[in-house]
Amino acid sequence: MIEIENVRKSFGTLEVLKGIDLTVQKGEVVTVIGGSGSGKSTLLTCINGLEPIDSGRILVDGTEVHAKATDLNRLRRKIGIVFQQFNAFPHLTVLENVMLAQVKVLKRPKAEAEAEAVKQLNHVGLGDKLAVYPSRLSGGQQQRMAIARALAMSPGYMLFDEVTSALDPQLVGEVLDTLRMLAREGMTMICVTHEMKFAREVSDRVAFFHKGVMAEIAPPDHLFGAPRDPELQKFLSATH
Amino acid sequence: MFNYTFQWKQALARLPQMLDGALVTMQIALLSMAIGILLAIVLTMFRLSGIRVLSAIARTWVEIARNTPALFQIYMAHFGLGSFGIYLSPFASILLGITFNNAGYLTENFRGALKAIPDTQARAARSLGFPQAGAFRYVVLPQMLRIAFLPMTNQMVWAILMTSLGVTVGMNSDLYGVTQDLNALTFRTFELFALAAVIFYVITKAITLGARLIAARLFRY
Repeated sequence: MIEIENVRKSFGTLEVLKGIDLTVQKGEVVTVIGGSGSGKSTLLTCINGLEPIDSGRILVDGTEVHAKATDLNRLRRKIGIVFQQFNAFPHLTVLENVMLAQVKVLKRPKAEAEAEAVKQLNHVGLGDKLAVYPSRLSGGQQQRMAIARALAMSPGYMLFDEVTSALDPQLVGEVLDTLRMLAREGMTMICVTHEMKFAREVSDRVAFFHKGVMAEIAPPDHLFGAPRDPELQKFLSATH
Repeated sequence: MFNYTFQWKQALARLPQMLDGALVTMQIALLSMAIGILLAIVLTMFRLSGIRVLSAIARTWVEIARNTPALFQIYMAHFGLGSFGIYLSPFASILLGITFNNAGYLTENFRGALKAIPDTQARAARSLGFPQAGAFRYVVLPQMLRIAFLPMTNQMVWAILMTSLGVTVGMNSDLYGVTQDLNALTFRTFELFALAAVIFYVITKAITLGARLIAARLFRY
């Protein structure tokens, strides 16, 4: 379970998160929508401790992320994150990309790490690209590799930060299909996305962020069918 | 005007001695590069550490290495330290001087290389649970060394040529030192130094070609 309690966060004088409360249950899929600068991506990097917060707290399975005593490196193993930029490690093959952290961080034996990597890469449809370097992959393939790399760490949670925003339109589908598959398999996920159709399909709940505030959160049918927040109404009519 | 009679045979007769000297020259250059690269990695980490004392050490090192003559650096290693009662052999002095120079230049090269690697690489590694050092070691460093490979090759060539400065601190077993001694014995100045120049050229050319082969094998991405 991820519990976010009254989290505030500023960059300089700009307050990007103004007291966010959100609880995500095990197995739940929550998507976060909203305009750029609404704070939704920042929230994800706060959850895995890449960004410090100013006040409030975030608990992952009961461990307070920003507590001094928390071993962030250990905690991050539980939380997979995939970014807008694919962040493939260019000097490693696809297989090595997915094996590296398993071997060096989790200390898995090489054979086991390789088996896991192959399994995850097959899962995202890259089973035939094992020995290829990322520069030879399309953006969509690189992004699926990044997903497999995160999944290979056997995380309890997956965070997706606008993972299709940097992709050519014809490549968006293959990545969203991968996310749909994960959602069906019961992975606990928070997805920041601009893909409304996708959000509507996969989410248990959809949250709308506006100017650092979670203006509305509801199951997709409610949120898209009968939005109450005036900003959300504006946002939805602009994106349709 | 020209009444100099070339006597190449005399010079060529000394070739084996000069080739022995060339081996010493390569030994100094290789050692100074190997240690220089390690030091430059450490200095780069000092720079990245955000700890003021460490980054000041790195900055000072780079400033001195790059903005003073290599000859000065070698002199300091020999006569400078000598003033404080630390006496290094000519071999150790030249090795220390060139290593110091290499480390400074390479640190600067590494800085440039690091700029070419997006921050998101380290961020992605941290997200997978790597501690800062692990992210550097496994994700950033390999990319940095690749980008800096060509400048590293240049520095290696430079290290070979810098060994010639060893004569100023009494080094006489390297290529330049051997040539100088032979010149004193035979006075075949032009022939001997021309021959030495050819040997220097062959060594540095071999390094450049060798580096290209290594790069092709190592960097397949």
